Amino acid sequence: MRNLTDRALDLAKVKGATYADVRIVRRENQAITVKNGIVQRLALDSSQGFGIRVIADGAWGFASSHRLEPAEVDRVTALAVQIAKASALTKIEDVDLGPAEVHVGSYRTPVEIDPFTVPLNDKVSLLLAADKEARAVKGVKVATSSLVFIRENKTFASTEGSFIEQEIIESGLGIVAVAVAQGEMQKRSYPNSFGRHQGTAGYEFVKRWDLVGNARRMGEEAVALLSAPQCPAGVTTMILDGPQLALQVHESCGHPIELDRVFGTEAAYAGTSFLTPEKYGGHFRYGSDIVNLTADAVTPTGLGTFGYDDEGVPAQKTDIVKNGMFVGYLTSRETAQELRRLHPDAPARSNGAMRADGWNRIPIIRMTNISLQPGTWTLDDLIADTDDGIYMITNKSWSIDDKRLNFQFGTELAYQIKNGKLGQMYKNATYTGITPQFWGNCDAICNADHWVVWGTPNCGKGQPGQVAHTGHGTAPARFRNVQVGVMK
Amino acid sequence: MLGKERLKVITDRVLGFSGADQTEVVIMGGDEHLTRFATNRIHQNVSETDVTVRVRAVFGQKMGVASGNDLSDEALRHVVDAAETVARFQQDNPDFHSLPEPQPAQEIDAYIAATAACSPEQRAQGVAAICTLSRENGLQAAGAFSTEVQEMFVANSLGVAAYHCGTVAKLVTVIMSDDSSGYGAATAADVSTLDPEAVGRVAVDKALQSRHPTSIEPGAYTVILEEAAVADMLSSLGFTGFGALALQEGRSFMTGRLGEPVTGANITIWDDGLDPRGLVLPFDFEGVPKQRVALIEKGIAQGVVYDTFTAGREEGKASTGHSLPAPNTFGPIPLNLFMAPGTATKAEMLASTERGIWVTRFHYTNTVHPIKTVLTGMTRDGTFLIEDGVITRPLKNFRFTQSILEAFSRAEMLSSDCKLISGRRGGIYVPAAKIHEFQFTGTTEF
Repeated sequence: MRNLTDRALDLAKVKGATYADVRIVRRENQAITVKNGIVQRLALDSSQGFGIRVIADGAWGFASSHRLEPAEVDRVTALAVQIAKASALTKIEDVDLGPAEVHVGSYRTPVEIDPFTVPLNDKVSLLLAADKEARAVKGVKVATSSLVFIRENKTFASTEGSFIEQEIIESGLGIVAVAVAQGEMQKRSYPNSFGRHQGTAGYEFVKRWDLVGNARRMGEEAVALLSAPQCPAGVTTMILDGPQLALQVHESCGHPIELDRVFGTEAAYAGTSFLTPEKYGGHFRYGSDIVNLTADAVTPTGLGTFGYDDEGVPAQKTDIVKNGMFVGYLTSRETAQELRRLHPDAPARSNGAMRADGWNRIPIIRMTNISLQPGTWTLDDLIADTDDGIYMITNKSWSIDDKRLNFQFGTELAYQIKNGKLGQMYKNATYTGITPQFWGNCDAICNADHWVVWGTPNCGKGQPGQVAHTGHGTAPARFRNVQVGVMK
Repeated sequence: MLGKERLKVITDRVLGFSGADQTEVVIMGGDEHLTRFATNRIHQNVSETDVTVRVRAVFGQKMGVASGNDLSDEALRHVVDAAETVARFQQDNPDFHSLPEPQPAQEIDAYIAATAACSPEQRAQGVAAICTLSRENGLQAAGAFSTEVQEMFVANSLGVAAYHCGTVAKLVTVIMSDDSSGYGAATAADVSTLDPEAVGRVAVDKALQSRHPTSIEPGAYTVILEEAAVADMLSSLGFTGFGALALQEGRSFMTGRLGEPVTGANITIWDDGLDPRGLVLPFDFEGVPKQRVALIEKGIAQGVVYDTFTAGREEGKASTGHSLPAPNTFGPIPLNLFMAPGTATKAEMLASTERGIWVTRFHYTNTVHPIKTVLTGMTRDGTFLIEDGVITRPLKNFRFTQSILEAFSRAEMLSSDCKLISGRRGGIYVPAAKIHEFQFTGTTEF
């Protein structure tokens, strides 16, 4: 491996690069899906290759190939330098990476059971059992259960002297039960929607979440939703469960704190951010006093947990919102310098949020684990303390504007809260709001006993498209004055 | 780019390694180059060479799939072994009957040498033209200019052997002031037909025109939707309801409604992978030739698209050439959607509107209710108030929450000109539309 990385870095310098890094990545993916009692998908996929990122003439270039051969390394390295020089045609100023990052080390996701050693039969049997439970409920039209296991081995080397090897292992699981009646379709998902819940962990993660033990309840709730009344419209108090709150954090906090999109580099695709640089420094109120948000790449099992990011910066924990005030962004080496030009007191070093979706993608700023720190309530007490409101459970749809202000979410399931008790079930629940107003109305967060790092394995950003795996620690929380029931 | 002959050699090698009853090999590969810009400069500039070999091994009614991107014999043998191993772990799938038999597929030359040869310097010059225009107007340009060669070879042990190679060039820009933005885009197989300065000019004009936006109350308005917004709605229909599996499972808005009116009589939607006005793909990921499929004809629900698997579940059905790569639990979907034009110009749509809203495009749309085809999303990059037949002022952006089929039931006018919009996969060829009572359900701060 070192032969190839040295070859690429040496040639990049010869061709005129002032900085270069190279990543060699191999990713293996095992995916199993059972649908209505039949194994519909059983796939073993692998992909390997290398990508080289260079600065030449003060501008960026990146090229990649699946062919791990010396001659191809030479061709691709030369192409990366050629591309960088072409980028310089529009250069305004030279790229500034700030202080050198020199790290030699390794990291491996701690696992109790390597998921790739668990027999396929055991995995298929687990899904078939869960599927049987969900479809035991009369009225369930489709049950889909799945397991996903990923192993990514990557080597990073730079002209500054870094050499880092990592092995990241992920395990994911999920089941969704769909019930259909005339003109209506309802679904329930466990542990999370849109396929699965996922973490950096071994097969013990799958065992912990007890898919089989929760499958029948998903079927029952999906069928019950078909005859439930529509969620009423109005402004009310709302409690969100952990998985829905995780997506709320992801969309309304995680994306707007990405400093590359703050500086406009995602403007034509994913958009920009309302958290513009003048709001940096602890004087902009993002939420109520009890709202504390952090970014970290170190929480065990978090889907955004690793040893080093993809420009070789060690994993860290950073405050994002402290006592309701906005205090920090997710940064890269380059954007950290841009921020310091506007705010000289900003940290000189990246907080380690550059992540690439494989060997053929350039690292861009991505969420790590963006988490809402727990509060003091139990969920029972929180519901008991709510006179009139709605409890919304598990995400069904999401949308947010290109500055991350106006959002609208739908949930799979909702319950009326009346006089401190859960009441009527509602279908097609939706809510909408404006980010700082919404978080400003957060008046209660459940305690650490309810806090879970939820995995979001489908975060899209960048061109060419990249899918990131991010984590979000949340416990249920309460919000006042929320517009609910948007859909007729 | 490997080319037809070399890919044929690889697929023959893979088929030779297999001991399965039936074997399918899908090779997808190519070169993709993308130059990305923001704040009037190139900030990312990337190139990728990749190829994926996907093998489906079939034993009776059991299937397994594996893939890799290492073309050595050892690695290809490993992929075949892995596919056979996982196939043996399967139970019989009673709905699976066979991989498809060979059918004559139309060969379409979609490879344009100018696109394949486009250099980083050429893309940078195109970007520079946009950035210069933007800078001259005191604006900030962002966007991406990409050129790619895509090739695909599908072969199976029954004799299917289909090859296609095509090129695509895409240019997108969003140009911004402090309080406004404008959008311009173009997609074509031939990069030399793209005019970066013209694309930039459209975006600059819109960014200037939409400065100092004001708010009006959300509610039901007549809208004129530009082609990108119409394509967004069509794409959503394609994913949620125009596929046979969604129909069979009762998840589609077409379920139980075939032969019935679902939109206004002026709406006709079909899929056609062979029409050169779109991004051509002559066969699907099983090597089955693509057919033109009528989806909605003059407002009447006509049919959905099939792959081999879903066709095998219904008496008398055959694949229409719309499979996705195996293994696929999502079912077939249309990737080359077309919507029939009307007779109006956009100027006539505007002149005929007493009060309404002009929408350039949508952002972050997502399905709220698939059977009711309810979609939510935001407007962006140029939203304007129309009064007495003219655009009178820019507006802050809206959130809409609207049933697509209901909107297409209230389409008063469609433009005679259509535009190719790059989709999530494939292309969508659509007119602009004037629609009554479009539901805006919220506003934002910009």
